[in-house]
Amino acid sequence: ARMFLRLLSDVRWQAANPKWRGMTCSRRSTSSTAEPHPVSLPAQAQVVICGGGIMGTSVAYHLSKMGWKDIVLLEQGRLAAGTTRFCAGIVSTARHVSIELKMADYSNKLYQQLEQETGVKTGYMKTGSISLAQTQDRLISLKRIASSLNVMGIPCEIITPKQVAQLHPLINIHDLVGAMYVPEDALVSSANVSLALATAASRNGVQIHERTSVSHVSVQKGRVTGVETDRGQIQCQYFVNCAGQWAYELGHSGEEPVNIPLHACEHFYLLTHPLKEPLASSLPTIVDPDGRIYIRNWQGGILSGGFEKNPKPLFTEGRNQLEIQNLQEDWDHFEPLLSALLRRMPDLEALQIMQLVNCPESFTPDMRCIMGESPTVRGYFVLAGMNSAGISYGGGAGKYLAEWMVNGYPSENVWPLDLKRFGTLQSSRTFLRHRVMEVMPLMCDLKVPRWDFQTGRQLRTSPLYDRLDAQGARWMEKHGFERVKYFVPPGKDLLDLDQSKTFYKPDWFDIVGSEVKCCKEAVCVIDMSSFTKFEISSTGDQALESLQYLFSNDLDVPVGHVVHTGMLNEKGGYENDCSIARLSKRSFFMISPTDQQVHCWAWLKNRLPDDSNLTMEDVTWKYTALNLIGPRAVDVLSELSYAPITPEHFPSLFCKEMSVGYANGIRVMSITHTGEPGFMLYIPIEYALHVYNEVMNMGQKYGIRNAGYYALRSLRIEKFFAFWGQDLDAFTTPMECGREFQVKLDKGMQFVGQEALLEQKQNGVYKRFTMFILEDHDTDMDLWPWWGEPIFRNGRYVGKTTSSAYSYTLERHVCLGFVQHFDEKTGEELVVTTDFINQGEYEIDIAGQRFQAKAKLYPFSSLFTHRRRKDEVELSGYQRE
Amino acid sequence: AIPVRSSRLPLLSDAMPAPAHLFPLIRNCEISRICSTVCYCHHKHLCCLSSHFAHGHFRYAPQKKFAALYRPKENFNHFIHARDYASTPQRFYLTPPQVNSILKANEYSFKVPEFDGKNVSSVLGFDSNQLPANAPIEDRRSAATCLQTRGMLLGVFDGHAGCACAQAVSERLFYYIAVSLLPHETLLEIENAVESGRALLPILQWHKHPNDYFSKEASKLYFNSLRTYWQELIDLNSGETTDVKEALINAFKRLDNDISLEAQVGDPNSFLNYLVLRVAFSGATACVAHVDGVDLHIANTGDSRAMLGVQEEDGSWSAVNLSYDHNAQNEHEVERVKMEHPKSEEKSLVKQDRLLGLLMPFRAFGDVKFKWSIELQKRVVESGPDQLNDNEYTKFIPPNYHTPPYLTAEPEVIHHRLRPQDKFLVLATDGLWETMHRQDVARIVGEYLTGVHHQQPIAVGGYKVTLGQMHGLLTERRARISSVFEDQNAATHLIRHAVGNNEFGTVDHERLSKMLSLPEELARMYRDDITIIVVQFNSHVIGACQNDEL
Repeated sequence: ARMFLRLLSDVRWQAANPKWRGMTCSRRSTSSTAEPHPVSLPAQAQVVICGGGIMGTSVAYHLSKMGWKDIVLLEQGRLAAGTTRFCAGIVSTARHVSIELKMADYSNKLYQQLEQETGVKTGYMKTGSISLAQTQDRLISLKRIASSLNVMGIPCEIITPKQVAQLHPLINIHDLVGAMYVPEDALVSSANVSLALATAASRNGVQIHERTSVSHVSVQKGRVTGVETDRGQIQCQYFVNCAGQWAYELGHSGEEPVNIPLHACEHFYLLTHPLKEPLASSLPTIVDPDGRIYIRNWQGGILSGGFEKNPKPLFTEGRNQLEIQNLQEDWDHFEPLLSALLRRMPDLEALQIMQLVNCPESFTPDMRCIMGESPTVRGYFVLAGMNSAGISYGGGAGKYLAEWMVNGYPSENVWPLDLKRFGTLQSSRTFLRHRVMEVMPLMCDLKVPRWDFQTGRQLRTSPLYDRLDAQGARWMEKHGFERVKYFVPPGKDLLDLDQSKTFYKPDWFDIVGSEVKCCKEAVCVIDMSSFTKFEISSTGDQALESLQYLFSNDLDVPVGHVVHTGMLNEKGGYENDCSIARLSKRSFFMISPTDQQVHCWAWLKNRLPDDSNLTMEDVTWKYTALNLIGPRAVDVLSELSYAPITPEHFPSLFCKEMSVGYANGIRVMSITHTGEPGFMLYIPIEYALHVYNEVMNMGQKYGIRNAGYYALRSLRIEKFFAFWGQDLDAFTTPMECGREFQVKLDKGMQFVGQEALLEQKQNGVYKRFTMFILEDHDTDMDLWPWWGEPIFRNGRYVGKTTSSAYSYTLERHVCLGFVQHFDEKTGEELVVTTDFINQGEYEIDIAGQRFQAKAKLYPFSSLFTHRRRKDEVELSGYQRE
Repeated sequence: AIPVRSSRLPLLSDAMPAPAHLFPLIRNCEISRICSTVCYCHHKHLCCLSSHFAHGHFRYAPQKKFAALYRPKENFNHFIHARDYASTPQRFYLTPPQVNSILKANEYSFKVPEFDGKNVSSVLGFDSNQLPANAPIEDRRSAATCLQTRGMLLGVFDGHAGCACAQAVSERLFYYIAVSLLPHETLLEIENAVESGRALLPILQWHKHPNDYFSKEASKLYFNSLRTYWQELIDLNSGETTDVKEALINAFKRLDNDISLEAQVGDPNSFLNYLVLRVAFSGATACVAHVDGVDLHIANTGDSRAMLGVQEEDGSWSAVNLSYDHNAQNEHEVERVKMEHPKSEEKSLVKQDRLLGLLMPFRAFGDVKFKWSIELQKRVVESGPDQLNDNEYTKFIPPNYHTPPYLTAEPEVIHHRLRPQDKFLVLATDGLWETMHRQDVARIVGEYLTGVHHQQPIAVGGYKVTLGQMHGLLTERRARISSVFEDQNAATHLIRHAVGNNEFGTVDHERLSKMLSLPEELARMYRDDITIIVVQFNSHVIGACQNDEL
């Protein structure tokens, strides 16, 4: 404790000294500084945290609160002296992703009481924030956030420009169409928040060592065993990498590299002297995304920065090229932001400049932060890559990571932030450098549905890429893999990238409609090679036994059968949702969603017995997958293979190796992932082009055409098919989404999650996956649903949608989402029964506008077959003419 | 002027069947293109040729306005300096794209092709452009590669009293230079080919903007004069290798002589007869560069200027003059004129900084009024066509005209051996040099070509700067950079600065817009025609050449 007092006083002195920028806290020079280290490092600890910024201190704070005491926090310079020191200190809850919103909300509440808890002044000031809209589209975007905030219980309102003027005296409102006011957003002194967290953690027993840098992390048998520092070694079970923009480098410093895909960009903000009449410290923070700037009050003057269109990435080659403290102000670069500032607040012209601060921030490839355990090194946790929202997320992110370490998983679904959503493929420095240059401007860009990144593309492609591209394919990217969205027919032009940004009916509507029609009436080919594919085999029964334990469905099926099954956690939640084909008695072929490649591998690796007779191989790259969807798929395939493919010979959920054209050994499965009839063809890549050509040639007489993922999506959503990563997550059980039939509780052996599912079966579920058909929604005129829209039952909030699509068959929008049952008085979660779902009047809130919706628990299977039969008749009649 | 066009068209079509092989490079395949170009030019620019011909009088009549007509901007200099252009009656503003389309209308770029990935020429290429102030423009430019000898020729020509002389010089001078440089055997070969009606060896490859036209009608006449010249060269065969400097001087003098002779002899075709007279009675300066490896020769007659852009070791740019202006500001030139005439004329020779009080350049092509004897002038004018006879200007004899000739076309030739630090050459008519200092020209072109804009980063430090002041400063700096990115052509970039520069040395769009939207009759008061060629050198080739010679 004595050491800490010294430390605290030091830091306080730093905070009070206006010349703190001149201080050098160079990692290299620390060992030679005159100041001796009063306390030597412990030889071992349970947890070593690297990084004394907001993230590191927050993780230490929360771990120690949860009862873990044996924690050492190492900081290479001084506490809170990196990005945390330089950041603008705005706590804003206006976030697009719901988990981010929850983190920010928690942070805000935490910071508010932190001063009282610790006695350290945090400078917390509840000023509120106003996000301005210069365009109608921006206002829609704000309204969507406002809907989310309101159902979370965070006060928030959409206000008129006039109200903006009343809230802030300096704003020019002439070009505004509206704004969003979040009255509880706050300002803090970020360094002091970090110090307060450190103080509290220290009181709970966390040891904090400044001027100690980690050189690498020792790993044995895939587990963290210790940390090597410039002041000696510490043995530990857990290591937490909170090194901010150095996290990538630190991750790569050990023998077993941990890929943490983030890259720093320079970030500039301006500090001014006070106004003649100093600004009130309670004045709300202004965010002007169309002008790419934020403005907060700062010591009677203002602090204003932003996210320019042409960011300057740095530290691509590592930290040694430049020290943070030596970064230059770049006024020419700041000019567009200064113009935006003076346009927004013209009266500031006469205000005197104090400083232009250059404060690097780290950005990630998908604009979301990185947290979680490394897929390759157990006990190696990461919390970094905050995309310039470190203060807003700090509290919540630290809490979730602490829960993860203590309980095995956080209390919320954090898959969108999970380190395992990335693999080695995202850790090229060139890729990161290019991608963050796109990501940083995106912070202020309009977030419209179906946005695709433009940089870092064409990394993983199917062998058919060029063929499909030549036929008008438009591409999106998932886990580095290029996938077709839809095919633009020859002679038809779509809008430019910028113009195609819309919250309304998109320009590809009719294109996808015709692809869907073809899937329903004839046959379509979709290249689905991106799916993750594993082969698990063994010499004896080890494979079957292990898989029976890890998967909820019964895998002891005859050879040649395909089983849809969940890979569940102890709570019965979906860690993965996959299809497994039994290739032989002792080998299985497993197909999972594209972004499961890293997560599923790590999950299985950690749970499969360490047995040399049991092998698991990632064969994703070995097979090209073609999905033949439609009633005519069977005709195409039988002509190509000369094998009987009638339902008697090839029933549904069946897998057979056969020849297609000249190519032998094609794995054909009678599944389509859409609920439509058809086949998946798993083709060894060298045959891919041949099989594709054969299928297209033979298919001509059946009206075959290419289709893309948008058609697939529409088909699966109207059939009420849930997809992992969108609808399903680690907090959803098969019971909650109507998939009891995929669970074999009585398969004669234990499996992961069995107890939880048994309990749910007895007691009922607390949320239920439901399909909503929008009733009074005008496809042409109204805003389209996306996902994350609040669902109201009898006027009360009951949950959020998870995905949505236009059903060309129903000619209605279909939203999928979860319905919960909150007690009207206590807010307590109650069991959701079928009656509860069926007896409600539902509305879906799209950007503040509510649309009536009909809830359904089962898909319209009969309607579709009926319609299809009718269509089939029409089609065959047409062909005869 | 509209009826003029229709009256011109039949003439043009008459001229079309003219033999296509007169000039070696005008091959069959090019005829249609060139003819269409000619048509286009006549329409577009209302070439002096047609307007004078049809209207039957010169516009430059009244005697008292002489001086103003020769160099009218002198009288209006104070307008420019006071920047009083805002009072222009007609005020409408051009958008940046409109400004760009005006500035870029005449731009032309040529890149010397690379062979096997190696450019063996010391010239990388050139950018050229011109901006008219007169209507039609009186400046001309030419660029060509010598095909029978090595080297490249580039030149700018500033016409006065009409564009006829500048046009003729721009078409003919390079042939005279090329012929002067040819070895005896090649001359013989060419002569034999013409004699026996065989195809000629091409002498020059022209690099022309579509607006740079050649007169079809006079090509036979010009060809005959040129042929006479090379026949004389063949007869004179000295056996010595041709010296470039001498060749340049001979070519200049010979062409001026031919212009003078053609006007004295006349032509049975009345159109051509009138043309040669107008060529002789108007005038043109010429500034020509001949680049061959590391040898750069500049031949200059008049007040256009050649300037070398040199990059110093510290990366900064400096300018080296490669020509002397032939005007009253050049003491040596005044001295020369005085030496050539009796002392009694000393006072009348140069008045108001003009030759005989009339002409600003002290050397020029054409301008027979300053070269012929009074008798000759009178005889030619009287026997000439009515249009000439009716013209006050042609009939007017300069005052104190006692011992002609007062004017010569003989160029001053400067030889320069290119060094690796010599990055580019700017040839420009005085329209550029009177608005910009050569040091600025060197810097602007140098920064443009290297793509480096040496702007010191701004640091606030301890100074008291307001947001507004900083914003103004940054906008200024941004404009400076963005103007560079707008242009793909160094000459265009230079014109943009010449016309649009404000007191900060940055392009001010408002000023640019006003200057470019001046009505035709006012434009000449605020600016002169500007013609610029920027030649970029290949430092690697130059360095290698130097090493070889060492």
